[in-house]
Amino acid sequence: MEVPFILLVGLFFAAAVYLMLSKFLVRVLLGVVLLGNAVNLLLFTNGRILREVPPIIPAGHDVPATLTANPLPQALILTAIVISFSFFAFLLVLVYRAYQDLGTDNGNEMRLAEPEDEPLPPTGY
Amino acid sequence: MAVNPQDLSAALVTTPVATADWPVVLPPAWCILVGAVLLMLRKSLHVQGWIAVPALAVLVALDALLLAHVAANGPVTMVMGRWLPPFGIAFTADLTGVLFALSGAVVALAGGVHALADIDGSGRRYGFYPFLLLLMAGVSGAFLTGDIFNLYVWFEVLLISSFGLITLGSEPRQIDGAIKYAFLNLIATTLFLIATGYLYGVFGTLNMADIAAKAAAGREHLPLMTLATLYLLAFGMKAAAFPVNFWLPASYHTPKVVVSALFAGLLTKVGIYALLRTLVMLFPVEREALSFVIALIAVATMLVGALGALGQSDIRRLLGYVVISGIGVMLAGLSLGSPGGIGGAIFYALHSMVVMTALYMAAGLAGRLAGSFDLNRLGGLYTRSALFSALSLVLFFAVSGLPPFSGFWPKVMVAKAAIDIGAWWLTAAVFLTGFLTTIALGRVFLLAYWRPAADALPAVAIPASALLPLAALTALTVVFGLFPEALLSTVQHAAEGLSDPRAYLGSVFPGVN
Repeated sequence: MEVPFILLVGLFFAAAVYLMLSKFLVRVLLGVVLLGNAVNLLLFTNGRILREVPPIIPAGHDVPATLTANPLPQALILTAIVISFSFFAFLLVLVYRAYQDLGTDNGNEMRLAEPEDEPLPPTGY
Repeated sequence: MAVNPQDLSAALVTTPVATADWPVVLPPAWCILVGAVLLMLRKSLHVQGWIAVPALAVLVALDALLLAHVAANGPVTMVMGRWLPPFGIAFTADLTGVLFALSGAVVALAGGVHALADIDGSGRRYGFYPFLLLLMAGVSGAFLTGDIFNLYVWFEVLLISSFGLITLGSEPRQIDGAIKYAFLNLIATTLFLIATGYLYGVFGTLNMADIAAKAAAGREHLPLMTLATLYLLAFGMKAAAFPVNFWLPASYHTPKVVVSALFAGLLTKVGIYALLRTLVMLFPVEREALSFVIALIAVATMLVGALGALGQSDIRRLLGYVVISGIGVMLAGLSLGSPGGIGGAIFYALHSMVVMTALYMAAGLAGRLAGSFDLNRLGGLYTRSALFSALSLVLFFAVSGLPPFSGFWPKVMVAKAAIDIGAWWLTAAVFLTGFLTTIALGRVFLLAYWRPAADALPAVAIPASALLPLAALTALTVVFGLFPEALLSTVQHAAEGLSDPRAYLGSVFPGVN
């Protein structure tokens, strides 16, 4: 069961890295979203995938009777989803504001904070 | 359904938490609480400062209380929901974490006071103080948590608050800097999450004490080298280590000066703390194997920082490079791994928190007095305020590592630890960096302070609430430079507690050792 997931995670990472290498911020943003989902799948796969056995302890027992699915990775993923979604929302607004204020979504052209022609410090009085 | 009371007591802590242990969770809880209150009072601009500054003073007191408790009794653990570790999320305060938390709180208090004069009404309306408190919740939580996934959550808490702070004002320059800061830091924390995912797959636990014990018990067949390298990359990026440091000089000079000051004091040091926690406590053998790589990164980071500082004409950008060169010194201590090296790294981090914050505040005041941040135009500051110039000079010497200020001792510790193992080139790099930093900042003093002003300076006075925190932080570097003994022995204990975490493990799992 794990192998197809591992391949899928690899595919997600490859696509995310490819998109993040773009100089256009919208693509970078999509890459970040894909990266977040790749990590979620990675967490899921790392928790060992076991289908059809919910982690419910039968009445009268103190421990589960058989090997059950692992609920912890799902809690981790839920946390990660919430966080990455809120970051996505923030970055979306930030990129849009950058497009409005700077007139570009090309990262190479955003040189306001680091101007190309900034003078060197003086060498004497 | 009948529950066996024996099993229940084995899974749950049934004894009440000792009153003395409560301060472990109070710093982040207090910050979240006050942050939420400030969020509700977002529109009452004048009330915010009066709530935030006393609240930050309380935070300092809480951390000081915790430090006294931990120094006397060793590491303290508290488990959420009263589940026994490793099932419940543990908060574990050891000496290293509390030292970082305390100096972080001091820096935040100084920043909060400085902001009374520096952040205007619009900055407050955008929520400076709520963001500051929530940032401190993230920072305190990161320093005190004993669970590695929880550490990730605190990283995200401080990251989202820092996004709010860095875009405060929404000028085009800030948006530009914020884009680079936000994307690269988000990718760094995602790398951290990737590493944590693998770590969970390998160990099946997220409790740091549990991981340390399991790693020590059987590391032969586990891919721990991969984990250590991933953590080095992720936290190296957060700490702005070469070659993943480019987000820092691209963004640290764009926000309001007090925000830059807080970032320079707090954020990169959280990365250093996480590196110490993971590489020294969890993966010591792997750190030893990586030590040459870390040392090379340290040398490159130090020199890139120092040379970058020499090439800048904007003093805020110059300080960004000085932050980076300081990170290099801490990484040099980390690469050595001996108590002297780790202790030096911790000491240097504490020193750097205080001094970098104060330096950015000084740069902000210099810019306010002279009307510019550009070295080509700055001048005449000495005639404007001799006291301010003296404070600045002390800070310049302190950050360059000159005696008798606080930057000197950790550099000596790291240099000595490097010579002890024959790594003369590491010592040489530390001293060369100090030399280059002295030149870069000496030139700032020469040009901005001693050089007569070219044109008439704007008639502005320094508000007392802006000068007071600067003076207080400067006094700290002088005091810890002149009387370093107490701090030296404390960081030695902290470093030993990290390298040999038996006390930490014993605090999380009482009765196991």
